[in-house]
Amino acid sequence: MAIKIEQVKSVLLKNARVVDPQVKLDQITDILIEKDIIRKIGPVREFKGKTVDCKNKIVIPGMMDMHVHLREPGEEHKETVITGCHAAAAGGFTELACMPNTKPPIDCRSDVEFIKERAENHLVNVHPIAAVTIGQAGEQLTEMGDMIEAGAAGFSDDGKPVLTAALMRRALEYATMLGKPVIDHCEDLSLSESGVMHEGKISAVLGMPSIPSIAEEIIVARDLLIAEYTEGLLHLAHISTAGAVRLIREAKSRGVRVTAETCPHYLVLTDEAVRGFNTLTKMNPPLRSENDQKMLIRGLKDGTIDTIATDHAPHAIEDKECEFQVAAFGIIGLETAFGLIWTHLVEKKLLTLEELILKMSVHPRQILQLPENKIESGAPANLTLVDPDIMWTVDNTAFESKSKNMPFQDWKLKGKTFGVINRGKMILTV
Amino acid sequence: MQLKSRHLLGLEGVCQEDITLILDTAESFKKVLDRPIPKVPTLRGKTVANLFFEPSTRTRFSFELAEKRLSADSVNFSKVGSSVAKGETLKDTARNIEAMKINFVVMRHSAPGAPHFLSQCLDSVVINAGDGAHEHPTQALLDMMTLRNCFQSLKGLKVVIVGDIEHSRVARSNIYGLLTMGANVGVCGPATLIPREIKALGVTVYPGIEEAMKEADVLNVLRIQLERQKEALFPSLREYRNLFGITRERLDRVNRRITIMHPGPINRGVELDSDVADGDYSVILSQVTNGVAVRMAVLYLLDGGRQKLEGDDHGN
Amino acid sequence: MKVKCEIMDAKDITRTLNRLTHEILERNHGTDNLVIVGIRNRGDALAYRIIRRIEQIEGKTVPLGMLDITLYRDDFQRLTDRPILQETDIDVDITDKKLILVDDVLYSGRTIRSAMDALMDLGRPALIQLAVLIDRGHRQLPVKADYVGKNVPTSVNEQIQVKIKEKDGEDRVFLVEN
Repeated sequence: MAIKIEQVKSVLLKNARVVDPQVKLDQITDILIEKDIIRKIGPVREFKGKTVDCKNKIVIPGMMDMHVHLREPGEEHKETVITGCHAAAAGGFTELACMPNTKPPIDCRSDVEFIKERAENHLVNVHPIAAVTIGQAGEQLTEMGDMIEAGAAGFSDDGKPVLTAALMRRALEYATMLGKPVIDHCEDLSLSESGVMHEGKISAVLGMPSIPSIAEEIIVARDLLIAEYTEGLLHLAHISTAGAVRLIREAKSRGVRVTAETCPHYLVLTDEAVRGFNTLTKMNPPLRSENDQKMLIRGLKDGTIDTIATDHAPHAIEDKECEFQVAAFGIIGLETAFGLIWTHLVEKKLLTLEELILKMSVHPRQILQLPENKIESGAPANLTLVDPDIMWTVDNTAFESKSKNMPFQDWKLKGKTFGVINRGKMILTV
Repeated sequence: MQLKSRHLLGLEGVCQEDITLILDTAESFKKVLDRPIPKVPTLRGKTVANLFFEPSTRTRFSFELAEKRLSADSVNFSKVGSSVAKGETLKDTARNIEAMKINFVVMRHSAPGAPHFLSQCLDSVVINAGDGAHEHPTQALLDMMTLRNCFQSLKGLKVVIVGDIEHSRVARSNIYGLLTMGANVGVCGPATLIPREIKALGVTVYPGIEEAMKEADVLNVLRIQLERQKEALFPSLREYRNLFGITRERLDRVNRRITIMHPGPINRGVELDSDVADGDYSVILSQVTNGVAVRMAVLYLLDGGRQKLEGDDHGN
Repeated sequence: MKVKCEIMDAKDITRTLNRLTHEILERNHGTDNLVIVGIRNRGDALAYRIIRRIEQIEGKTVPLGMLDITLYRDDFQRLTDRPILQETDIDVDITDKKLILVDDVLYSGRTIRSAMDALMDLGRPALIQLAVLIDRGHRQLPVKADYVGKNVPTSVNEQIQVKIKEKDGEDRVFLVEN
């Protein structure tokens, strides 16, 4: 499947169910788009331009994935800005934020500009997250102000935690002064050590070095205390444990300015999947227990967890076709996220369509202090087109991503996005 | 008869009939080993590659001897000086070995699941000779064979595994095998070396050695690795011996016969005192003899030709 | 499989074994150094009966050996199933002994070849003779029995089915067709 980007002169989305909880919109109607602007929401009788039949389809505000690894610069054999954007579009995302742990890391203005430039002409908006510390080495703060001017949307040393409490304190104080959050990868390295999977029954069975839940929770607790103390803007990436959910819930109830994300794989898989030593089930944080999964879903539901991000982590085949202990951490997720969430949460009534829109479209933009994206007449047309009923089978050979590493091959899913519209461009995938 | 699996990757999930078949077959091979010419032509023309990515003397010797006793040709590959050091992936190593038309691969590796991975890239039969802290199935089989020789049946037997359970493949394979055969299994060792959710495997956890010895018919004593001390998992060998060492005094205090096993090599005076290791209750040397017989049985039973029997040349 | 005809009944088998016993004793001038070795899984039962008969005739007990030839088979690579390994149980040192190898049916000769290899690994007998209840022909190796109960000409798609009381509950021999 090759992505085809069409320039929009004018396009009519006919008979769509248009849903946007931000403007309390949920009705079956037409949307007329001219260039990059929504001209009209309402019945359009006569129209000569391109029409997309959206009968039984849903149009939602364009989705955003705030946790993507694009691998450029440095590991272009795994992914590039362009292939990553293609994969995002194929998965229904119109915007993404990319993590700075490239080679070299994104830690100065020219690095941020490089990423922005690469994505300049794509439909997908790319918002670089820049490093908290130079070289992500955990020592010296980066020039955050300069990088925000160039387009950086937040700061993270993702791949690693912000190393010390003192550093976290300073980073939060400084980034918050500039209005951007610090995104932390919560992992106490002394506890996770050489671990490769969740510590629990399955790790006991497999005899594998493991990562206890508390490795995540201790840093979550540390960060929450620092955020409370500094009144900083804290975002916690890929939350995976019940204990972390509990800590965040409690902190939010006290008014700490914290937001949190989880990933589709933690919601649909548990450490049971690691039996058989499938390296495609290896990620960091690791797949957790059934109880953790239940608590993550509860956390999503009650607002403790604000967003679902993919942690799209492309790796070459040789990084995964090896012993479990040696294999790279991480899986790709852009092209399966919507289908997984729709099939395993929305269809099972664990999440409503409105909640999905909040978690996957509205909140990521709020967290990164980006302009809101509403479906309103006169607003920029930034939309995702959803076919809620289609049955499909995951096939990574048809993926846009350069990498194929994910454990969902051959999964039967219901619901898929079939198009995205943004920046006066449209991509339809069938 | 045939085993249900093509490979021997572990004992988890191996059924009672298969374990019994292996142990019964091993008894027959033990007789072969007592003959003036302790060798049979059964695997003539078959080639076994012994891939040892981790140092091992005993297991490798035992496998090699089993292979030679069955008249198979064997080639040895060990990490030192091999291409693994040059950064060749396990998959490439395996492929190269297969291109040499090898029938069996016996593998020892530090990563759990490495033989499982290998079995997916190869047509050869894969036998796990120890994968990290995961499994060491032939060791557990020889332990069970030794126990069957002492107690007739494993059903209802109380076996306590003592020592570093967390890092022990011997412990895990013994737990799976013994539970399948109807034995009761306990573990005992420093809390830092007992996996957090070990109870979920169906074993009893004994916090102290005295309590374990009160109930055990058998103590399978594991080797304590000095490295664990550096990882702050226990303070010293001296303290380990004080708390968990199997001494004559401790055995004397229990006025019951307790059979002592050890997978070797023994740290004498640490986990096991010499007079216990060499005493009447110790079956440690039978374990070694049984090791060769069990490995012969495994090779014999896994050497499945793919074709159906054409005609019937034997008997009639 | 279809039974074509009955070749021997219980009495026939007893008479034949009696004759074979006499022949063995005659040819070997008594029981000195004699060891009777039966090939599992029916030859061992026949061997045992021969020994009982010798006791009746000579008043002496000759050692019995039981041989499992599984590990010496030449068709190993062609089998999908591993045959269950039975024990070879020969308590005497066979070196310089006169071995009488006993089996139920002689066919291709491959079993006997395997049996001889197995025996050679156990020692160096003075001689080996072969006694079989039925010789059905179709030899693939140059093997000849010294004592034959009955010669039964067969076609290749026929089989001889020997039933022995100790294993099968009755003493009968059938010719069956595949």
